[in-house]
Amino acid sequence: MKLFPIKGGIHPEYRKELTSEKPIVALPIPSVLYLPVQQHMGAAASTVVKVGDVVLKGQMLARGQGVVSAPVHAPTSGKIVEIAEMTAPHPSGLPMLTIVLEADGKDQWADLPAPIADPFAESTQVIRARVGESGIVGLGGATFPSAVKLGLGDKNKLEILLLNGAECEPYLTCDDRVMREYAAEVIDGARIMAHALGAPQVVIAIEDNKPQATEAMRKAASAQPNVTIVGVPVQYPMGAERHLTQAVTGRETPARKLTADVGVVVHNVATARAIHHAVRFGRPLLSRVVTVSGHGIKEPKNIEVPLGTPINDLLGFCGGINGQIKRLVSGGPMMGQPIVDTAVPVVKGTSGVLALTGDEVNERPTQPCIRCGTCVSICPCGLVPVEMAALIRNERLEEAAAIGLQDCVSCGSCSYICPSYVPLVHYFNYAKGRLNALDRERRKTEQTKALVEARNARLERVAQAKRDAAARAKAQSQNSDVNKADA
Amino acid sequence: MRIAVDKSGPFTHAPTSVSRTMTLVLAALLPATLYDIWLFGWPAALMFLVTVLSCVGLEAMCLYLSKRPVGPTLADGSAVLTGWLLAMSMPPWAPWWVCFVAAVFAICLAKHAFGGLGQNVFNPAMVGRIAVLVSFPLQMTTFVRPAPLGSAGSPGLIDSIGIIFGHSAMLDSLSAASALGYIKTELSRGIPVSQSILTAPDLTSLALGTHAGSFGETSAFLILLGGLFLIAKRVISWHIPVAVMGTLFLLGTVFSAINPDRFTPGTFQLLSGATILGAFFIATDYVTSPVSKSGQLVYGFGIGFLTWVIRTFAGYPEGMAFAVLLMNALTPIIDHHIRPRAFGRTRKGEPLPLNRGNK
Repeated sequence: MKLFPIKGGIHPEYRKELTSEKPIVALPIPSVLYLPVQQHMGAAASTVVKVGDVVLKGQMLARGQGVVSAPVHAPTSGKIVEIAEMTAPHPSGLPMLTIVLEADGKDQWADLPAPIADPFAESTQVIRARVGESGIVGLGGATFPSAVKLGLGDKNKLEILLLNGAECEPYLTCDDRVMREYAAEVIDGARIMAHALGAPQVVIAIEDNKPQATEAMRKAASAQPNVTIVGVPVQYPMGAERHLTQAVTGRETPARKLTADVGVVVHNVATARAIHHAVRFGRPLLSRVVTVSGHGIKEPKNIEVPLGTPINDLLGFCGGINGQIKRLVSGGPMMGQPIVDTAVPVVKGTSGVLALTGDEVNERPTQPCIRCGTCVSICPCGLVPVEMAALIRNERLEEAAAIGLQDCVSCGSCSYICPSYVPLVHYFNYAKGRLNALDRERRKTEQTKALVEARNARLERVAQAKRDAAARAKAQSQNSDVNKADA
Repeated sequence: MRIAVDKSGPFTHAPTSVSRTMTLVLAALLPATLYDIWLFGWPAALMFLVTVLSCVGLEAMCLYLSKRPVGPTLADGSAVLTGWLLAMSMPPWAPWWVCFVAAVFAICLAKHAFGGLGQNVFNPAMVGRIAVLVSFPLQMTTFVRPAPLGSAGSPGLIDSIGIIFGHSAMLDSLSAASALGYIKTELSRGIPVSQSILTAPDLTSLALGTHAGSFGETSAFLILLGGLFLIAKRVISWHIPVAVMGTLFLLGTVFSAINPDRFTPGTFQLLSGATILGAFFIATDYVTSPVSKSGQLVYGFGIGFLTWVIRTFAGYPEGMAFAVLLMNALTPIIDHHIRPRAFGRTRKGEPLPLNRGNK
């Protein structure tokens, strides 16, 4: 298959060999699971259980709220012992409503929805409803509710379901292992998704550093004429949605549009597997594969982890932390989030837990920018990071936005390559957050203003009506006086 | 375990650093420098040392005065590089005080008055060179014929100290004109270029540096090797050197074809003066050149064009340093107007038109 070049990018040290040959092992069910009601993009789910309830494996604990949301299910059977605000698996460390489930060790299944015998005979709506009620979100890390994304075929004429097996983040091997060990499940899930999307073609893109996964997927897809496996160059951030679309199809998604607007929808390989489980067996999303790696981990592993498992349990399962670590990261080292507390749980978006030593992190004090321009030439989005950062440093956020801040995908390539160790992405994330907050504030002010204006107008109308009434009454009484005088 | 979070990702970093970049540039300059020291003897070695040490010393002083860490900042190697490039642009036997004054202009005025590393608008080495060129034209245009170390014409260490730190009559007796200067002088005497170029150093001599000229500009071949090394190491990209040299070569070739009596040929433009040194080492200075590749092409073209104009029409035989400074002044404007095309947008910054995939 003909590929297309993508601009910029970097070639970090991948260090995938730490876990790439470690088969996925299942984590024994932990004694206590912590399930935040928001593990996805969109609105938080609302709890449908209360403290003291006994729940079965697969039972819904919290229902999705609104269009963009996802429910949360019990990963095992047990008792709800607490529903309270607890530290969220988020760099802010702010509290979030969390359902605490004490496992009873029986791992007893609830009554699951019936398997969909022939998904290809069912309508898009049926598949989407199943995916939605199964709590499936993008497992590549974006955690966007998959059912919503499967609805993109309604508005757009889709040609390709592009399954993302690039796994361009260093260290992470969870998708690699899933493709190697569960190729048939991934392919089946992908075909179901393509059917729901109305996309005639499935392309599965895998970076060339995963030859075994490519081989396994080719074998599993050999009987499917509309499924193509394609090896893409090893180049970070190949796995970014728009860039992968461009690399595989040559189509450049216009700014502020979706890849669906150019006929392509991108889903992660692990999401496809979860959809296979939901559709074929009625099983909701209860666990995910997590790569626990880094030189700070005694025994790096790929683990199938029940959602809600505290990171501490995961680290314990891998022999614990080995000596001095500099950073503990959830996800990959490029776009992952720092872990603030090892008590926080694994959630739907946790693709990796990395314990990184000082050597791996290679942090150094920031030096003055020498304007070498490397950040400009490697930016996969064609931006000028050096200039944006300079503007942001002076709090000139609107100007930074005018030169493309919102086009930045925070891939981290510029920060990674900077010889002066300027934390460019840190500036961009700060500015994006600040601009969002300002925007919210502005909208709130406008709303308040509109309400005040409406109220004033209403009061004015009332006053006017009163004045009119008074005038009429006066006129009438004058009339009657005149009448009296006449009389 | 709770961990303080002080920055967002990425949590890995390429093994790059400012000092690594500077070291690579110095390594690229080393062969040409050693060759030039051999070529011009002990006085050149002393001149080189005086210039580099002046720059480093002045940098330390400026850092101390501005209450910034002296040791770690000196370790970035930028002052050494400035001094090194400044020395390359000086006449090989320039007296110590000319070197020192140039260093004061380069480090104190061009660099630290603007805020230090990364903040300067103008290339410090070129500011230093131009300041002494216009102030001390005699000392700055007194070039010597090469006399390799150990040869009869090469002064010993003691004599050399006299040449650089005292006054020596020896310099006057050995002085010669650079190739560009020779052509210019002859032209002013009414001798056409087509004739004077026959008696000027030939191309081989220009490439090998066996002719009079500034310390670092005479060995075009070794400088070129150094420049190619930097491109191979991805310290610089081809854009600026190719734009500078391409423009000079093209203008030289075209105009020499039109009027060979008035204009020097493209090959001569390429190999004489500071063309190669300027194209690979001076114009590519990160701080003072545009950050985008397309901007760098414009910038390189501007330097090539201005260099040719100054060499051909102005009073000075060599125009590289002036051209670099003039284009330095334009760098912010180039950066403002020429940006890479953002993903999903047109060159003007509008979202790309949607022409497919819609129902």
